[in-house]
Amino acid sequence: MPTVAETISQLQAAFPSTAVTEFRGEQRVVLKKEDLFAALRWLKERMGFDLLVDVSCVDYLNYRGATDRFGLVYLLTNIAENLRLTVRVMLNEPDLTVPSVTPLWSGADWLEREVWDMFGIRFEGHPDLRRVLMPEEFTAHPLRKDYPMQGRGERHNFPVLRRAES
Amino acid sequence: MPITPATLRNANSSEQDYLWTLNFGPQHPATHTTLRIVLKLDGERVVDAIPDIGYLHSGFEKIGEHLDYNQYVTVTDRMNYISPIANNVAWHHAVEKLLGIELTPRCKYIRTLICELARISDHLLSTGAMGLDVGAFTFFLYAFYQREKIYDIFETLCGARFTNSYTRVGGVMHDITPLVIEKVRAFLREFPKTIDEMEKLVNRNRIFVDRMKGVGVLTREEAINRSATGPVARASGVTRDLRKDEPYLAYKDLDFQVCCAKAGDCFARYYVRIAEMRESLKLVAQAVENIPAGPVNVGVDERAILPTKQQVYQTIEGTITHFELVMTNRGFTVPNDESYGAIEAPNGELGFYLAGDGSDVAYRARCRPPSFIHFSMFPQLIRGHTLSDVVAVLGSLNIIAAELDR
Repeated sequence: MPTVAETISQLQAAFPSTAVTEFRGEQRVVLKKEDLFAALRWLKERMGFDLLVDVSCVDYLNYRGATDRFGLVYLLTNIAENLRLTVRVMLNEPDLTVPSVTPLWSGADWLEREVWDMFGIRFEGHPDLRRVLMPEEFTAHPLRKDYPMQGRGERHNFPVLRRAES
Repeated sequence: MPITPATLRNANSSEQDYLWTLNFGPQHPATHTTLRIVLKLDGERVVDAIPDIGYLHSGFEKIGEHLDYNQYVTVTDRMNYISPIANNVAWHHAVEKLLGIELTPRCKYIRTLICELARISDHLLSTGAMGLDVGAFTFFLYAFYQREKIYDIFETLCGARFTNSYTRVGGVMHDITPLVIEKVRAFLREFPKTIDEMEKLVNRNRIFVDRMKGVGVLTREEAINRSATGPVARASGVTRDLRKDEPYLAYKDLDFQVCCAKAGDCFARYYVRIAEMRESLKLVAQAVENIPAGPVNVGVDERAILPTKQQVYQTIEGTITHFELVMTNRGFTVPNDESYGAIEAPNGELGFYLAGDGSDVAYRARCRPPSFIHFSMFPQLIRGHTLSDVVAVLGSLNIIAAELDR
């Protein structure tokens, strides 16, 4: 079975626009958004990356040297061969939609809902893209860097129900 | 779209007439924590379950972007509060990976020791609560009595029973003392008897087995597809354990086995946890007898951990390191990069995806919470079972709402 390096070289052959970086022994590939679903399917079905460990996102609004606004992170694991691969895709402001990977991994369901909730990235084809942690009527996406730590007064403006009214 | 009875109206109206909607939680003794499940019942049978979470959401990941690498450890305590010390280790494992710090052998052994004690205490509570929910109250008391002993050990170790915050970047808060080792040895002597008794109480108990066997079956394919890790995945036959697959800390030197089962039902999950406690006991015994001598924290050259008072006052390196670490515009040397570090926490793979930006504070501190991922498969596990099985499945998944919502 292939190692991570071989997987990456084959991935680059199949999807030529793939960029590769390495840090602390972690292999990371950056994919184009158009290739994302096909590449993840290829990794799952052909290369045996069967466990989706995590889907998360980083907002690079104030990050030094960053060129893109959001970076989605897919952490994949090949259980049989014990390999790890980090797949990233960069997104920019007007078009914050990516194809959902729920058809490949059902475990992505809540993980993608959380990313939608916290960062406002839409996953096309997700069966049930609702907020998962924040209340349904919440309008902002709190983990974005332009959302203040203290909130925007949501707590203070909560309707207060007095005992007499209840 | 709030979950109200109106949301559930997508079932056609004739069905709606005899389906009954039950709100399970947010405050219910058997959820143990604050979470809500909207159940659609046909008589006593669960037709569908819609989990509604977020009651305990307190923005831990946002706080992680405002507290430095040592301060945030207090927040990880509150994440999975039934094994907080394992969360401390997970957090600093990820931080040290990002910073590129190699721990001293002594520190590795101490962290392994406390991780395994945390695993035992977590499994004691999760199996105990599982027993409690299906009616085995004595079983729960046996488990909780031993948990108390582990709290005592932690209290002797770091002064706090519950929210330990024991680890630091590049080391731990205090070195281990002979008294702790004595207490761990005493625990090792008496715990096997308790675990035997616990197994005798319920393993062949007709009521317990009937409530557990064949309930909430998770097949191996589904476990992988739904990103299950830890005991939940291992009970379904996934032989993945980060302690073996990616040996971190001192696990490479120690002898233990990965416990797996094939059935994938609640009983298998209970059984895997009991078996893991025995393996953890072996690990604790090996770790506590083999703690290497030497410094517990990394040296002053690493500029990661506060030096001792003696070093600060008597050596120039110590003074400089202290100064560098406490000044707000100095601090750790953090790369402008991202990494993911994970450990095998009692509940599954607990990892932190950290983005460093050169400052003392993480740019992004994403936690990969095992409870969150395990709870997402709950509707699938409970469908077709009865209402009383809800607590059995919930207990066997070991859902910690604080980690679920963060």
